[in-house]
Formats: sequence, structure tokens, C-alpha cells
Amino acid sequence: MNNKLTQKLASGHSTCAGCGIPAIVRTVLAATDDPVVVINATGCLEVTTTLYPYSAWKVPYIHSAFENAAATAAGVETAYNALKKKGKIKKKINFVVFAGDGGTYDIGLQALSGMLERGHNVLFVAYDNQGYMNTGGQRSGATPLGANMETTPTGKFSFGNELPRKDIMEIVKAHHIPYLAQANVAYIEDLRMKAHKAFAIDGAKFLLVMQPCTNVWKFPTSQYVNVGKLATETNFWPLYEIENGKYNLNLEIKNPKPIEEFLKTQKRFKHLLKLENKEIIKNIQQDVNEKWEALLRKVQLSHLSELNR
Amino acid sequence: MEKGATIKHDPKKSPKTGEWRNVRPEVDPNKCTGCGMCVKYCPEDCIILKNRKNPSKFKKLAEINYDFCKGCGVCAAVCPFKAIKMKSEIK
Amino acid sequence: MQNKKYKIQNKQKKAFTGGAATAEALRQINPDVMPVYPITPQTPIVEAFAKMKADGKVDTEIVTVESEHSAISMAVGASAAGARTVTATSSQGLALMNEILYIASGMRLPITMIISSRALSAPINIHGDHSDVMGARDTGWIQLFCEDVQEVYDNTLIGMKLAEKTELPVMVIMDGFITSHSVEVLEILSDKSVKKFIGEFKPDRNLLDIKNPLTFGPLGLPDSYFEFKIDQEDAIVEAKKKYLEITKEFKKFSGRSYDLFEKYQTDDAEYIVIVAGSTAGTGKNVVDKLRKKGQKVGLLKIKLFRPFPYEEISRSLRKSKSVAVLDRALSFGSVPPLYSEIVNALHSSSATCDLSSYVYGLGGRDIFNANIEKVFTDLINGKIHKKTEYLNANK
Repeated sequence: MNNKLTQKLASGHSTCAGCGIPAIVRTVLAATDDPVVVINATGCLEVTTTLYPYSAWKVPYIHSAFENAAATAAGVETAYNALKKKGKIKKKINFVVFAGDGGTYDIGLQALSGMLERGHNVLFVAYDNQGYMNTGGQRSGATPLGANMETTPTGKFSFGNELPRKDIMEIVKAHHIPYLAQANVAYIEDLRMKAHKAFAIDGAKFLLVMQPCTNVWKFPTSQYVNVGKLATETNFWPLYEIENGKYNLNLEIKNPKPIEEFLKTQKRFKHLLKLENKEIIKNIQQDVNEKWEALLRKVQLSHLSELNR
Repeated sequence: MEKGATIKHDPKKSPKTGEWRNVRPEVDPNKCTGCGMCVKYCPEDCIILKNRKNPSKFKKLAEINYDFCKGCGVCAAVCPFKAIKMKSEIK
Repeated sequence: MQNKKYKIQNKQKKAFTGGAATAEALRQINPDVMPVYPITPQTPIVEAFAKMKADGKVDTEIVTVESEHSAISMAVGASAAGARTVTATSSQGLALMNEILYIASGMRLPITMIISSRALSAPINIHGDHSDVMGARDTGWIQLFCEDVQEVYDNTLIGMKLAEKTELPVMVIMDGFITSHSVEVLEILSDKSVKKFIGEFKPDRNLLDIKNPLTFGPLGLPDSYFEFKIDQEDAIVEAKKKYLEITKEFKKFSGRSYDLFEKYQTDDAEYIVIVAGSTAGTGKNVVDKLRKKGQKVGLLKIKLFRPFPYEEISRSLRKSKSVAVLDRALSFGSVPPLYSEIVNALHSSSATCDLSSYVYGLGGRDIFNANIEKVFTDLINGKIHKKTEYLNANK
């Protein structure tokens, strides 16, 4: 076991072979030297790290339910403030939430909104594997268009998920928190930088981290990094941050690859590569292009206003 | 039973997830540069960069702890020098 | 007993609503964290408390959250983190919290929650009945019913101490509007007495203990879950004993003594009415009236509903000829909840009394002296209602 990497989350957890979640967790938690308390939503990370009698957590950890990680974190942080005010605690402690996309985009959205609105000093990290993977791969608000999921299967009359992904970054941004960023486990140094930055800022912070799921996206267990890289190289998952309302691009892809390059690595999109679904791929590509251009405009606008100051 | 099911990390209670494995990564010391790419992405934190006994051009060498290695093959896939090969353990 | 001089310094008469009495008790306790969400008729509690905070009388962290679900979720987080935590709710709010109520008790977190009990939708109705708290009777929370404003004040103090001694969450229940909004005269302890009675909160499990990192809320599969639940059951049954220890101590401060339930003229009573909440007050008036006429009637008032004092209650009913149980909630498709408990209590005892079931006051429907008098008359005349009779309901 690597002693340095397992200071906060130990091995012995039961994440699927080839899962990227542990890399996200240890990278984020290693980005601060202060003590951390982890608040976890129900999901893959929770069930695989806390199976009684073994806890893989070497830092204080609480899991309450699926939808309330942000509210639980708000409670923990408020308790900390109350006890610090009374002199019962002296040390600085960081509070980090880990939730999947279900616990963020869908069932967790209300509690997340409340936590962001009130500005609790909490870092909320969403590991986004684009669906309910812990229960076998059902569609979530983060599932991309066209994905073949358990609740949106393909068939004679269906090409899979018919709904586009929810734009959680813009939803979170609308709460005017000081820092949020989109990251990707395949770009671990970028994730490290963002976690580092987030810990240094007071208030509510949000990291959306792509987490390619070997099990439900259906690619070989060895491929989470490569599949994740393609998500960014196709501009499907740009790396950017929003600091005090200003957009900043962390990696500009010079020659973005066509979206098929990403889609064809995963069996959840296999059906889209058939001739009859050509039009859908075209739509997906167009959607990627439009979102990318919209992001670029926001980035440019952010820097323009800086120049004008 | 622990009150309120509140438990503590205890390495003695840790499952040895190496039992899941049916392929094992093997590091070729002649190719490994000790760059640490595999360490960064290993989901099980079971790779350590050790000082080489006979430092050549490279000081470090990746060493895999098989107690926890699930045999996913991520290390082999991310290695820029193709220094890790997955070998079947099925007899 | 305290000496007279101490008593005078120790206590003070005040006129408060149930809501204000709760706020006053909470001011004296000065809890660490209070997550809140508005709902009628709970709002006066948190509004009054928020004003106390605004005036600098307490330094509690009050957090106005986005739903009751988040209020109780925050309470779970805060309590696990070692903060003395309190919240309040009613009706739909309690129903919305339901999922997390089980988590709070399963984690053995000493959260105190004040409930202004109220009917549940549909149809929507803001008035008092016990549907909400009866819906939460199996959540693993200790449930303490209050008859009047004095009991609301006392039970807020007793309840919090009980929560911390048992490491179980506690609901202090008053009747919505009838108790929460009615002004009554009550005796308030001095701030100093309350501080002494309540003491410091020093939980032995604390999420913020960085040096001793704990995992709260792990996954318990078939090989462990069962035993955790048995432990929890043992703990809540044990709470009965701790409740009596605490009320005994409370008596030293207040002079008021509380038992597991209240026996009003029951010692020689042949006919007994059992009821929880504010209607006990009405019932006692009726008992007084009938006693003057020479009838051997009495009233048994439920206080601790969870854990339920089965043996103690059945012992108190041993000498009676017949008993009527008045429920302010239904258990659809079954018998009403309090009645069901009394049936259980008598089942394994030597008591041979007949049992009648009545439901009253749903959705805030009034219950009058005459209604309860009718119940006693039925008992006296040997008219037993095994099938639930609805009091003051239109046919």
C-alpha cells in the first residue's frame, strides 16, 4: 500500500476494479494540510468504503442519506462554527462533500442549493459518472443524450436517453459562490490545482469532476483515464473554472477530435454508431460545438471586462 | 455492537481486495523510468516508487503491492513507456 | 425538597403561549445549533427564538434552511459534530423529515425536536391532531406528549436532558394551536437552575474529533444490521428508566413531579379514560364533575408514548371495570394507534377491564366536556365500543 496516498482514504475499499473515484478523493483531500471532515452522499463511494465492520476512512466521515449530503455538511460546519465561537475547538477544519451526479444534479439539488445560497464554508465535490451506477446504471440528469441506460434502454422505438444533460455548472454558478470548476479525473494535476485553490477560498466551493465508469459506460477496466481524456479532447468535457463570476479555460484543445472518438470507446453509445443513428451523432456534435462556443464567449467576456477595468 | 454503528478505521478488518484479481501487472525494470504516472491513477493506491538498488539512468522503480491490486490494468494502460504488462493468473 | 427561600428565587410565574414557553426554555438552554424551516403552527417557536438571538440573548447558530428535510439533515450533521442541536416542526414538515428521523435515531444522535402537532394532508388542514406524530411513532425517537404550556416548558428541559443521557433523539409534542398558541400561566425556573439541570453537552462520539476519526453511517448488511437494530431497541426501552431518573432530578429544581404517565383519580376508579395531549385537561374537568356526583371515574394521561410503558399502564388499569381510549389520529385499515397500545398492554396482564375505542378532534375538530362525559356515561352504562366510535363527527 502506498502510505502517502492512503493517509486519508485507505485501500481495502470495494470500488469496481478500474474505478476513478478513489483517485478523485485522494487527490482532492491531499490538496490541504489542514484536517478534513468528509460528508458523503449515498452512492458508489459510500457503499464501497464503509462496509461494516471496515471503514476505509482515516479521516472523520459521515454519511446520512442520498439527497442530504449538502445539508448534513451545513450542519457539521455550523456545529464547528458554534463550538469554535465557544472556544471548544481551535483548529481550522475543512469540510468536503463527495456526492455522485444523482446526489448533485437530481435528488441532492435542493440541499445543494441551500448550502450554496447560505455560503457554508464547504467544498462540494461531485464525481460525475453520468448516471445511477451504484444501482446498476439508471439514467440521471447528468446522463448524456443517446446513452443506453437501464431506464432508457435502446429498442425499436428508442435510441436511449432522449434528454440532454442538465447544466449543473450554470445552476451552481447562479448561486454566486466564489469558486467552481469543471475537472476530469483523467487530468489529475488540473484537479489537484483546482482542489488546492478551492481550499484556500472561504465560502461554498464546487468541483464537478468527470468520472468515467468502467461498469456502466462499458469499457475495459484499464481505460478510465483514456476515456476521460477523450471526453476533454473532443470538447465534450472542457476543463474550466469560474472564479468570482469570471470564466477561465484551463486547457484549450487545439484540434478537437470528433465526438465519435469519445462515443465509440463505450458500449453505452454503441447503437449510435449504426447508420440509422447518424443524425443523432450529428445532433450530439452540434450540441458539443454550441456549448463549447458558448463557453468560449463567456471566457472571452470575462477577460474583456478585466481589460476594461 | 458499536453505538449507533459508529465505527473506526482498522487495517486489521480490511478486506484484501487482491483476491479479486485474475490478471496481475508486472513491472519491467528495464523500461520503468519511475515517472509515477501509474501511481497517480492506480485506484487502489497499491503502487509505490522505490529507490532502485542499482540506480541506472533512473533512480526510482514502480513496485506493486498485490494485497490490494484488483488487476484492473489502469497502470499498464497509462504507462507512457509500456513498462507494465498484465499477466493472467488463471491457472 | 428545597427550602422556601430558595424556591422563591428559583422560580417565577409567567404567562406564555406554548410556543413562547418553548422559546424561553431554549433561551435558558442556549443550544449550539438550530436549523429551522417555517410551518404553521410551529412558527411562533422559532420566530420567538430568532428574536432572542437578534436581541443578543442567545448565541445559538440559527440556520434558516430550504426544507424540513434539510432542517433535520442539518441537525444530524450538527449533532454528530458534537453540537447541542434543536429544531421544531409540524405536520407535513415532520412527514417530510421521516426518512432522516430513522437516521437520527439509528446513529443515536441526541437531537431535541419540538412538535406542534397538526393534521396531515389531504385535504390540507392546518389545525391540531396527532396524525403527524403518530406517523413518526416507529422512527426510533422518544416521544413525550404535553398537556399544557407548563409541561411544554418542563418537557423541553427534560426532553433535552433525556436525549443526551440516552443518546436518542426526542420529540416534545404539544397540540397545535390549542397549546402552541394559547396563553397560560406557568412557572419558569431561573436561568441558573436550568443551566445546572441541563449541564454541559459532552458526547462520547464526536465527528469533529480529528485525533480520533470516526465513521458515522456505514453500510450494514445482513450480517450486522439486525444486531444494530436490536441494540437500538434495547436503548429506547432503557430510556424509561433514565426518564424517571431525570424527572426525579427535575423535581428537585421545580417541585413538579412527572411519572411515565399521569394518573388522575384512577386509584379507585372503575371507569377510566386514556388520552394524550391537551384534551387531558378537558377530561380532568369532566372527571371532577362526575366525581362530585359520586361516580368512580378517572383519567390516565399519556406522557411517554415511545418507549411505551406497557406494564406500568396495565398495572394501573387492573382494578377498573372498563376503559375508553381516546385517539386523535387514525391508523388507516387498523385500530387507532393509542388504542392499539392499550390493547397490547392489557393482553399480557391480568387486567380484565373492557376496552372502548374513540377517535376525536381530527383536523382540529373541537372536543367538548359533553363529548367526554358521553364517553364516561357509555362506560358506566356498559356500552363498549370495540369498533371505533367517532366523537363529535357528523354521521
